[in-house]
This record gives sequence, C-alpha cells and structure tokens, in this order.
Amino acid sequence: MFSNILLAVTITFMYAAPLILTALGGVVCERSGVVNIGLEGMMVIGAFAGACVGYYSANPWAGFLAAGLAGGTLAVLHAVASVTFKANQTVSGVALNFIGPGLSLFLCRMFFDGATMSKPVPRQMPKLALGGVFSIDVTFIIAILFTALTWFILYKTKWGLRLRAVGEHPAAADTLGVNVYAVRYAAIILSGMLAGFGGASQSLAVVSLFTPTVISGQGFIAMAAVIFGKWTPHGAFLACIIFAFAQAMVVMLGGGASSISPQLLSMLPYLLTILVLVLFVGKAVAPKANGVPYEKGAR
Amino acid sequence: MKQIEKALRRPITGIFISIFMGLIVGAVVLAIAGYNPVAAYGAMLRGVFSKPKYMVQVLIRCTPLILTGLSISFAFKTGMFNIGAEGQAIIGMVTAVVVGYCVPLPPGIHFIVVAVASMTAAALWGAAVGLLKSRFGIHEVISGIMLNWIALYLNNYMIGMAWLKKPQTEASYEVLESSWIVMLQNWKTSTAGREWLLDGSHPILSDVLIKTDLNYGIFIAIAAAAVIWFILNRTTKGYEMRAVGAGSEAARFAGIRVDRNIVQSLAIAGALAGLAGAIVITGAMPHRITTLTAQPGYGFDGISVALMANTSPLGVIASALLFSGLQYGGSAIQAELGAPSEIINIVIGTIIFFIAMSGAFKMLADYLEKRRGRTDVQ
Repeated sequence: MFSNILLAVTITFMYAAPLILTALGGVVCERSGVVNIGLEGMMVIGAFAGACVGYYSANPWAGFLAAGLAGGTLAVLHAVASVTFKANQTVSGVALNFIGPGLSLFLCRMFFDGATMSKPVPRQMPKLALGGVFSIDVTFIIAILFTALTWFILYKTKWGLRLRAVGEHPAAADTLGVNVYAVRYAAIILSGMLAGFGGASQSLAVVSLFTPTVISGQGFIAMAAVIFGKWTPHGAFLACIIFAFAQAMVVMLGGGASSISPQLLSMLPYLLTILVLVLFVGKAVAPKANGVPYEKGAR
Repeated sequence: MKQIEKALRRPITGIFISIFMGLIVGAVVLAIAGYNPVAAYGAMLRGVFSKPKYMVQVLIRCTPLILTGLSISFAFKTGMFNIGAEGQAIIGMVTAVVVGYCVPLPPGIHFIVVAVASMTAAALWGAAVGLLKSRFGIHEVISGIMLNWIALYLNNYMIGMAWLKKPQTEASYEVLESSWIVMLQNWKTSTAGREWLLDGSHPILSDVLIKTDLNYGIFIAIAAAAVIWFILNRTTKGYEMRAVGAGSEAARFAGIRVDRNIVQSLAIAGALAGLAGAIVITGAMPHRITTLTAQPGYGFDGISVALMANTSPLGVIASALLFSGLQYGGSAIQAELGAPSEIINIVIGTIIFFIAMSGAFKMLADYLEKRRGRTDVQ
C-alpha cells in the first residue's frame, strides 16, 4: 500500500513537470496582457530541440537548454505579430501551433534520415532515487524552482509589478514610463522558453525521444491550468499537480485486474478538472488587458 | 497611389498577400533544405489538378472542414472560442455510427435520421460548454478541451462494446449502406452502371465515380453556410448573438438574455460540428469509427479554416477548399520529391500568421496616406 502511494507520487511528479513549466510560461505571457494559445506549438519545438540536441551531444542538459532556446525563438514570432503589428493574438497563436510542429517534423526528417521520430537519447534527464519505487525527476525540481522564481518575480520585484500593470492597464503603465512593448516582448519570449523547457521535460524525462505525438495536447492542458489557477504561478502549479495526479490514478488503477474500463478511467483527469472547477474554483477573471493589442495614444 | 492604399485596407487583399507570403516562406524553407521549390509546388499543383479524382478528393476532405469552420466562425461571432468543435465532431461520428449501424431505415430517410441524431447529440455536447460557462463561469476553452478528450475516450469506449465492435479489428462495424450519401452508389455498383462506366467512353466520370466516394455532403455543407449567414445577418436571434459577441454588458443592458444566448450559440456550433461528423461517416470510406490515439483534427483544422476566412460564414467555403487543397497536394510533394510533406503545415501556419498580422497592411496604408498627404501639402 505504502509503496503504491509512493509510486503514485512519483508518477504524478513526472507527468506534472512538463505541464507546470509550460503553464508558468502561460501565466507570464497572459499576465502581461498577451493571450498565448501557441503554447502547444512551443512545447513541440522544445520537445524536438531537446531530443535532437540531447541525442547528438549525449548531454540531456544541453538538450534542455536548446529546448528553451528553440521555444524562445518561436515565441519571437508571436511577439512580433501581437506586439509590433497588433495582431489578433489568438490567430497568431494558432499559427504557431502549425509552425512549431511543422518545423519540428520537417527538421526531424532532415536530422534523422526521413523519420518522424528521433533516435532515443543516450541519457535522460537525471532522477533522484529516494529508495524503492520513489524517485523524483530533476525536471520536477526545476519546475518547483521556476514556480517559486516566477512567483517572486511577479509579486516581489519592480519588473513583476510592471508586467502585471501592463497586463491590467497598459495605458496607465505607459504614462508612468513603463515601456509596454519591451515588457510584452520579454514576457512572450520568456513564456516560449518555459514552454520549450516543458516540451523537453516530456521528451528527455517522461520518454526519451521525439515522436509526432510526444506532445499531444499538453500545451492546451497547460493553457487550461493557467485559467484554472486564476493566472497565478502557484495556482497553475496546483492545477497541474491535480491533473497529473488524476493521470497517475489512471496508470495505477488501469494496471492489473481492474474491473473499470480503461477507456472510462482515462476520462478521469478531464472530468475531475471540470468537477473541481464547478465545485471549488468558480469564475476566473482574466487580466484586464488580456488579448488586447496596445496602441500608443489610443483611447 | 490611392488605389494601393484602398486595396491595402481591404481584408481580402490581406488574405491574398498572406497566402502569397506563406508560399514564399515555404519555398525558402524548401530551398534551404536543398529541394527545388518550383518542382515542389509543381508537384503540389499536379497532385490536385492533374486528375479529376484528385480534385474530388479535395472536395471530400473539405466538406467536414467547411462545417467545423462554420461552427467555430459562428461561435466567434457570438464572442466565444469553440475549441470544443473537435469533440463535438467526434460525438457526431459516434452517434452516426450507432444510428447508421443499428437502426435500419430506407435510403434517404436513414441519412436524415442519422444527421439529426448526430446534430442533436453534438448540440448537447456543445450546450454543455455553454452551460458550464453561463452557470459556473468556467472558461469555454477549458471545458472545450476537457470535453474533447472525454469525447475521444467515449469513442474508444463505444468501440469496446461487443455489439458495435467488428471482430478482429480496432474499429466499429460499417454503417448500413442505406445511410450512405455517396453519389449514385446503387447505380455505380450495379452491373449496368459498371458496364457504362468501364466501357472507356466516359473517362472522367468513371475516374470520379469509381475511384472516389464523391458524395452529396458538399452541397449540405454549402447550404449550411448559407443558413448560418442568414441566421447571423437576417434574423433577430442572430442580431442578439452578435450583440452578445460585441459586448456582453451592453447586450445585457439592452435586455438581451446573455446566458441563454451563450448556451444556444454553442448548441448551434455543436450541431454544425456534429453534422461534420455525420458526413464523415456516411460520405466516404471507411464508414466507421476507429480507436483513436490522438484527436482526428476536424475541429482543430476548423479553427484554421475559420481564421483564414476571417470568420465569414461564406468565406469558410473558400478557405476550407484552400486548406484541404494544400494538405492533399502537399502529400504529392513527399511522393514526388521526397521532401517532408510537413512543409505544408509550415505554409499553412505562415498564412495564418500573416492573416493575424493583416493589421500591418492597414498600418502600411496609413503610412502611405500620411506620406502622400505631406507631399500634397508641399
């Protein structure tokens, strides 16, 4: 029994890490007033860059960093469109969800002899073995650190205050000398890096290679976690843990002689999310300027 | 100069420039990867236009996308992002298979019953999102995504049922032929029909009718686009819904029941996606549902179709054609040149990206006007 609980915790943390990192990216971006529906695409390119660099360098840390770089680079597109050219942010995000996976698969075929799968990386991101079945992925520890860091930056630093101000009332922030465009650029690129890390936590820790379906909807789940967590880093963290725990329950209950249909069981995380929202969370209020391009001098 | 400014302000210009830019970026990526872009695009065009059956395949593929594109456009007009169209289409497919396989009915009537059942089930699936939003304040994007996955596992669960699962397959039974909407299905499989088609004097017809599942779905989809256009632009209900989309507080103040409109709008959006599912099943092979490991993509592609059309119900028809033409033709690039067909996703993504930035074209027009204004004064 006890070892079962430890196993459930281990699995929960493993599944949670990619979601948390990506959701943090979503929080940072949306708090600055930019909707980011492109998290999925940024995750995919992170997963690919992580696996590709991880394979060729045989160093998972190099892969992890490359993933952040790739995600951040893709995010630049979103920034150019939604900040400089005042694009519709939903549309530009959807575009990234095509460009990210499209580019990843294209490059994958170039680097891996026409295959849409990468070769397995020789070394995964390390796990801290804590005895028996209990272990913690280092990516989960990174996720905790980033959650704390994001919380600290958002609520305890000048830059975080500016970022939140830009997301609530950009014109007011502008009159006080905050460079709205610079803050939003930084927030979007940061969110791309975090989503890239999230993708790599999937392709370098949960599994050990890139496949076309290695990221299948986690970016959208992370996006839901942002709203679930009411646009706060700690809230999003908790939402991801709940979701990952439900996924772990599916794994635990699905094994062995279970009488419940595995298909019905697989619905659990999604049903649970809706149920928790109905019962406990209630209405979520987005940052006021979320999704609205800022135009200097406009009323 | 004035003409250029005027043209730049037109939305349609932005869409054409975006398509052009998408193809340019695709060409650059192909060239960097060492493929000849001219040859690649040539292969793509041949892959669509060289044979009538290819063009028909594009029509068949674009039919569900018109409907999911409409579903998303319609919800957008009422201020909601129906990311749940994916799941609603799955529900439509599952319902179509159950009714199409289990309920024997005469041809014609059978399809109508299947379509109504699929639309009703998917409308309820969509209305659930609306209820969660209006009653509990849950963002439609969250509940939509969650319901997409629940629909996917429901699909797999149904295939596990002994009465629906075809033995030795990971799929359901095919729906009865009486529910099919394949064009001239009875005639083309009859001896007389086969003889007429195969006697060599009707190459185009035999190519199209024998080698494809050309079906009536495209007409249904176009009719649906017209109906949605009419509802939005010519009825009180449509006006109310657009008012809710434009600003829910103002609409509430004007006496419009916002909550009810949200639920109704998502129910209609769901019905459209459900109809897409019914047509996928009754329109073309394999006429059944299979175990899904990933989302089939009708709803997600519908998002792109809706955005490329600037959420115009009639524009959706053109953009679905373009979308499926690019995807179907894209597979020919891989077959002929060995270049990754994923290039098409890069092209589509770039097109959407530039459509998102179409404000830039207006900015350019403003700039040109300003510059002209200055020279006029001098």
